[in-house]
Amino acid sequence: MSASLSRAVDILKEVIDAPIASYFNSCVHCGLCAEACLFYTESGDPKYTPIHKVEPLRRVYEQEYTLLGRIGKWLGLSKPISDEELGNWRELVYDSCTMCGRCTIVCPVGNDIVYMVRKLREGMAIAGHAPDGVVGATKRTVEIGSPMGVKLPAVKAQIGHIEAETGLTVPLDQEGAEYMVLLSSMEIINFPEYLSAIAKIMKQAGKTWTLCSTAFEATNSGIQIGVSDLAKVIVSRIVEGAERLKVKTVISPECGHAFTAIRWEGPNLIGRPFGFKVKHILEVLDEFRAAGLLKTEGFEEERLTFHDPCQIARRGGVIEPQRNLMRMVSKNFVEMSDPGKYNWCCGGGGGVSANDDAEEIRLIAFKRKKAQLDEVKPDKLVTACANCRIVLEEGLEHYQMDLPVVGLTEMIAEHLVEK
Amino acid sequence: MDAAELLNWVRGPGLQIAIAVFLLGTIWRLIEIYSLGRKPDLAERRHVPGASGWHTLVRRSIPIPGMFQRSTITYVAGYAFHLGLAVVVLLFAPHIKLIQDLIGLTWPALPSQFVDLMAVVTLVAMLVVLIDRIRQPVKRFLSTFEDWLTWAVTFLPVLTGYMAARHLLLPYTLMLSLHILSVELLLVLLPFTKLFHVFTVWPSRWFNGDIQGKKGVAV
Amino acid sequence: MNEKKSGLLIDNLARQGVSRRTFLKYCATLASLMALPPTAGRAFAEALAKSHRPSVIWLSFQECTGCTESLTRSHAPTLEGLIFNSISLDYHETLQAAAGSAAEAAREAAMKENWGKYLLLVDGSVPMKDGGVYSAVGGVSNYDTLMASAKGAAAVVAIGSCASFGGLPKAQPNPTGAVPVSELVKDKPVINISGCPPIPVVMTGVLAHYLAFGTLPELDKLGRPLSFYGETIHDRCYRRPFYDQGKFAKTFDDEGARKGWCLFELGCKGPVTYNACATVKWNDGTSFPIESGHGCLGCSEPDFWDAGSFYRALSLPTTPLEKVALGAIGVGAAVGAGVALSNRAAKAKAKAAHQTATLDDLEK
Repeated sequence: MSASLSRAVDILKEVIDAPIASYFNSCVHCGLCAEACLFYTESGDPKYTPIHKVEPLRRVYEQEYTLLGRIGKWLGLSKPISDEELGNWRELVYDSCTMCGRCTIVCPVGNDIVYMVRKLREGMAIAGHAPDGVVGATKRTVEIGSPMGVKLPAVKAQIGHIEAETGLTVPLDQEGAEYMVLLSSMEIINFPEYLSAIAKIMKQAGKTWTLCSTAFEATNSGIQIGVSDLAKVIVSRIVEGAERLKVKTVISPECGHAFTAIRWEGPNLIGRPFGFKVKHILEVLDEFRAAGLLKTEGFEEERLTFHDPCQIARRGGVIEPQRNLMRMVSKNFVEMSDPGKYNWCCGGGGGVSANDDAEEIRLIAFKRKKAQLDEVKPDKLVTACANCRIVLEEGLEHYQMDLPVVGLTEMIAEHLVEK
Repeated sequence: MDAAELLNWVRGPGLQIAIAVFLLGTIWRLIEIYSLGRKPDLAERRHVPGASGWHTLVRRSIPIPGMFQRSTITYVAGYAFHLGLAVVVLLFAPHIKLIQDLIGLTWPALPSQFVDLMAVVTLVAMLVVLIDRIRQPVKRFLSTFEDWLTWAVTFLPVLTGYMAARHLLLPYTLMLSLHILSVELLLVLLPFTKLFHVFTVWPSRWFNGDIQGKKGVAV
Repeated sequence: MNEKKSGLLIDNLARQGVSRRTFLKYCATLASLMALPPTAGRAFAEALAKSHRPSVIWLSFQECTGCTESLTRSHAPTLEGLIFNSISLDYHETLQAAAGSAAEAAREAAMKENWGKYLLLVDGSVPMKDGGVYSAVGGVSNYDTLMASAKGAAAVVAIGSCASFGGLPKAQPNPTGAVPVSELVKDKPVINISGCPPIPVVMTGVLAHYLAFGTLPELDKLGRPLSFYGETIHDRCYRRPFYDQGKFAKTFDDEGARKGWCLFELGCKGPVTYNACATVKWNDGTSFPIESGHGCLGCSEPDFWDAGSFYRALSLPTTPLEKVALGAIGVGAAVGAGVALSNRAAKAKAKAAHQTATLDDLEK
């Protein structure tokens, strides 16, 4: 057994817990999880069945933590997991799983399959089987500070542009601000409208806020690649920044997995609860709306629909805020089938969009979103995750669908009452 | 060994062996599984009504929107077979008498004709489940020897029970003995196969509901 | 007992005041009980009437004489009794006048005279342990008597559950090593008329069949005449509808018992007992145990003494499970605890081996 494989098995032994043991003992091979997974429904290939994707984890569990499995291994009835097998599983664990968690809410025996994928990735990554694209993104996040290689000067340049354009101040490192706003590099590079929208909204709401020079980046490739040690390094920057600036609330941007990384995994990664709150921007906007701090005027004329980012809705618990906000600025808002916690993934979450090997299957999986959109026939597609937005735009282009995709926050900002 | 001797064996030593293996295996496996424990979740919990492990314990029996249409056979046959099995096992007078003898609890029985009917429903549903497992690519792909074995050891007690009650094929005494024997086989295999889901399904659902419930998502 | 050994059966019956008409009626009834075709009644009578008194030797081994009681204890002389009077019962320890070596001599004489033709009736099981010392007559073990007597018999009829299946003497722990006749006699047809005791008409029916046709009736897997043992008590029980409706007497004096509900829960073994009690009944068709309010004991089935309490329902275990269950739980908990400790150690070891992951680790 190679050193990296033995480390991988040790990592898996570390992360296997009672829920995982319970899940593997509960599976009856009913196959319903496949029907919940867009990689299976759109490709028809049974190998994409979610529970099959965690087979290596099951084998390690059985061989290491069950008496019969250990006897079987000792007698040579079952072979220990090999490096080659783990390598073969890469396309199932990374390329064709966005950790959207739809299988998790469908499984009749209650198996949280995405929980298991997340943990299997810990071993896969240490064994060296993470896809190059995701490895690269993780490296850039750890070494440079952002998966797209964005550095502070680039952020400062954007701040300058926005301040010039809007006439508002974009505070940086302002101690004692109520909110610390995080960005995803996608927003810094591709969607600077987000930051200007925040500036306008905060101004209108009369709230103090700040960006943090040491923690402007919210995304966390460590979560996607599945290496908690690295995810901890990345999330610690935010925790340190927020505690240094003594903010009350950290706002996770329009990015799905960033919210999961900070809100749900963060305290567990650093091993203690946070001294500040973490909220998604949609939650904050909805609170402003409810408190009368968010005033908009006019309505979108077009037929709009909303794509729920998995990590925000199903896996983040933010479901109603986006609907309240949509109705605030639209009279022609239509839901797609399976909305809210039942949504279908864009196909590019969980590191899949950063993984070149996954491009083909990702575009096949996109047929699910295409079918949903064909049903509703919207004029514009609204979402609240920069990654979803990019993946949706690519998919729409691939299938030659002419449909603009916008972020909800910036759409709200367009309707703000100008003072 | 003739039928009457076999009946005495399955009601006596056979049952002792089966109960012993079943209890031993169940306790051992439950400890083996749940002693692995889990880390406490340090993230601040969201409190949303209806989002908890306890809710999921019940709610997970109902398919989410769209799934019933996508997998009608799995759900219909699955419900029929599980509910039918519950009726046949728990509401047939001789079974209730046995349960009362073993654990002291008792409840009214259903007429034997109705139980017979439910046994047929269960058998048909189980055959549908089997055919579906053979024909459906995903199920066939996932299936291992254990899936076929556990199907058989679940099917046999229902089949022999029904045939005994209806006096089909073999004399009643022999069929009854085979029925009890097949149940004993089921008991022996239960802790060591996927049949163990009869126990683990509840904690699994609870964990699932608890994990999503902390995030405020009722699943 | 040792009357004239010649003459037709019909003449014998006539001498004892049984009319031809009564005899025909009896034969018709017997034929229907034995599930012979309707036309067979007359043929049966004809054949039976013309039969000669066969020689019958009745051996009693480990038994209680209940079978003989069943045959003889009638209020009035019955046809069964008369048939018995009409055979040449050359040896029966309870009924014969002779005793001691004279009786044994009579048996030997009858055997010699009717070699290859006599019927050997046996009640009681045969002790085999310790050389068969547990039951002997005149210093000869039952086993030796049986084997010697069976040699010249046309057929052997095992009367009662002891002779058929071992019965009470064979009940655990079977101290005498009792075995049924069929386990010893392999070269002659053996017919089992089980029951503790068996129904009289079943015995006479079989004898009549043999007398009339010279053959034994069709038998079930346990060597019992199918016509009498073809169905369970439960299937022919007049209380069966209550079983199907789920109406059970819970005690012997509750409302259900008074209303005549099913006795399954009070331990009735009717469902697994093959016998004609529910149709032929006892004491000239007066009643049978279930009709009298008591469940069937299952006495015509092998090992009925070892089938647990007579008052435990058929679906219940025959042996207590508490000790086994507690033991199993204890062992299970011990195994589980052992695995849990070992798992904990393995996990701790894996944790101790944990090196913080670096970017270099991601490269293969």
